[in-house]
Amino acid sequence: MDIGWIAAAAMFLQLAAQCGTPLLFGTLGGILGEKAGNLNLGVEGMMMMGAVTGYYVAAVSGHPVLAALAGGLAGSLGALLYAVITVTLQGNQTVTGLTLTIFGCGIANYIGKGCTSMTLPATIRSFYAPISVPGLSKLPLVGKMLFEQSNFVMLGILLAILIWIYFNKTRAGLNVRMVGENPGAADACGIHVNLVKYLHLLAGGFLCGLGGTYLSVVYITRWQNDLVAGLGWIAVALVIFAIWNPIRAIFGGYLFGALRSIGLVLQNTRMTFLGHEIRLDPQLLDMLPYLMTILVLVLMGVQKKKEYQPPGWLSRSYYREDR
Amino acid sequence: MQKKGLAALLCLVMMMSVFTLAGCGSTAGSTATQAPATETAQAPAAGIPKDKIKVGFIYIGSAHDGGYSQAHDRGRQDMMETLGLTEDQVIVMEDVPEGADCEKAARDMIDNGCNVIYANSFGHGEWLANVAKEFPEVKFGHATGITTYDLPNYSNYMGRIYEARYLSGIAAGMKTKAGKIGYVAAMPIAEVVRGIDAFTLGVRSVNPAATVEVIWMNTWYDPALEKTTATTLLNNGCDVIAQHCDTTSPQVAAEEKGAFAVGYNSSTLDAAPKAYLTAPLFHWGKFYTADVQSAIDGTWKSQRYWEGLSAGVVALDDLSANCAEGTAEKVEAAKAKIMDGSLVIFSGPIKDNEGNEKVKAGEALSDAELESLQWFVEGVIGSVPTSN
Repeated sequence: MDIGWIAAAAMFLQLAAQCGTPLLFGTLGGILGEKAGNLNLGVEGMMMMGAVTGYYVAAVSGHPVLAALAGGLAGSLGALLYAVITVTLQGNQTVTGLTLTIFGCGIANYIGKGCTSMTLPATIRSFYAPISVPGLSKLPLVGKMLFEQSNFVMLGILLAILIWIYFNKTRAGLNVRMVGENPGAADACGIHVNLVKYLHLLAGGFLCGLGGTYLSVVYITRWQNDLVAGLGWIAVALVIFAIWNPIRAIFGGYLFGALRSIGLVLQNTRMTFLGHEIRLDPQLLDMLPYLMTILVLVLMGVQKKKEYQPPGWLSRSYYREDR
Repeated sequence: MQKKGLAALLCLVMMMSVFTLAGCGSTAGSTATQAPATETAQAPAAGIPKDKIKVGFIYIGSAHDGGYSQAHDRGRQDMMETLGLTEDQVIVMEDVPEGADCEKAARDMIDNGCNVIYANSFGHGEWLANVAKEFPEVKFGHATGITTYDLPNYSNYMGRIYEARYLSGIAAGMKTKAGKIGYVAAMPIAEVVRGIDAFTLGVRSVNPAATVEVIWMNTWYDPALEKTTATTLLNNGCDVIAQHCDTTSPQVAAEEKGAFAVGYNSSTLDAAPKAYLTAPLFHWGKFYTADVQSAIDGTWKSQRYWEGLSAGVVALDDLSANCAEGTAEKVEAAKAKIMDGSLVIFSGPIKDNEGNEKVKAGEALSDAELESLQWFVEGVIGSVPTSN
């Protein structure tokens, strides 16, 4: 390559952020629910529902913002089903989340049959085309990653920062964390536990739906069967990897995005180590996100630091009568 | 407790609705009602009257996947139209995995009166063969397969898509300015390697200095990864992208970077209007029509069908306006030579990309050698992963 490694690395990081953006949205969605004490394994399903709805609305209406809203709402609809079962009916969160994934993927592929022959109008593509922030995009390494991207990618970063502020700097955010840690105490303080859970699960579903819409409308720009292809599951792992911190979710999402593409970049690069040629097996690289998540889980267990622990009441139903 | 019961019930309803929906999907386009099972006990050689023919199609993907299985489904429709079969004379099963589900699908089809059954994916083969052994009066076809298991009622069928890929290579070689073409490749099997080699030979027939960089995805299906792979190739300096994978993502990646792309399986100019050059296509209808007709005529025989441009089972899509000037003439000339046999794509001298002479002048690779091809021709950047 004659363009120099810094320029090459900048382009790689730009690509990593694009690959990481659906992961970031899914992770933020997961964090919202888990902070309120609900483990939602339905991220993949909600992303699929968002992807197909966003794509359909984009193709039919040609309105980019409307498409994103519709995609988000479809994710919320999936989350609503989950919330009714786990919050109101106090069903098992793990099983319900798995069911939501199966349900969401099935219905999305079913609706998607009608979408395979649809194409996106040019207005959609130009609205979400990468924009270059003058000056900042010329920064070495991170310039292209952060400042020469689709507005959807930038929206992801913005939302992550806003959610961090919400959880850590506002009274309302503190209340949510309390619901996740100890709903009994929150209830005693006069916080409407179920309302908080509902609102945050629906908002989380909205973000997952947005992540799916990004994939179908902005990244792939075509409806494909099973288009999310497991990214929702990586997002579930990323919630833990980010230790429930939205800012770390940006880093984690982009890192996992980079891991998905680093194998492609290195495939035709001959690497030598102490005179031996080494080949990285792509299967090994594919495992890395999960291995790193396990590593974080182990470190969390060893560290015993309070802020590194999952929300205290995570994946448990709250019975007011048991208080 | 009542609440828990209600929750379980809701879960159940969600699950059931998925199955019901899936059920609707798989029978869409065909009325798979319990037609009275046709008596197929008569001597097979006598042929099957046209109104007694019932054909089953087992697809690895959705009939609307915009790619491989959809191409087969277009072939099914062509066949039905040409032969004048009615909707209740076919059964389509979509999204059938390469496993025991395939065997089950074939048995269901026989229960419903099918006397000709096709499965379109490599891994369906052995499962289909299990059924074929039990039902000698039913005729089976296995796309992309490499063995008929010595069964008299079992055929393989495949198109010489590499001939069309050679032609698409000419279009790509004429278009590239950087002299670097990228190739998004699914899994390292002979079929894909052969396509890359033929494509590269096509590229270098018009642009002898050009290179083709290959990146393996190691999966058959991952739309997002296909785009990521194509973008990586574009970042490496390629200005034309070709693909052996199913979706339009690589073409979209090329369009976004102002580059150009050769598609695969479907005519997808609308997915990337400024980037799309052309695409190698399958016309499975040519095979299906001939094969079902032979079952009607009573001339059906087990065969290893592997035909190319001259039989019309593969073709190059119309060249788009994005193609370089003079492409049409070069493509037409090569196509005519391939069809009349004066151009044999894998004829020597051919060197591999490590400089070893693999095919001597005056010789050519045999079909058996083509079916196990595991090396890249000169001009390819990349390697075929070995399974050691």
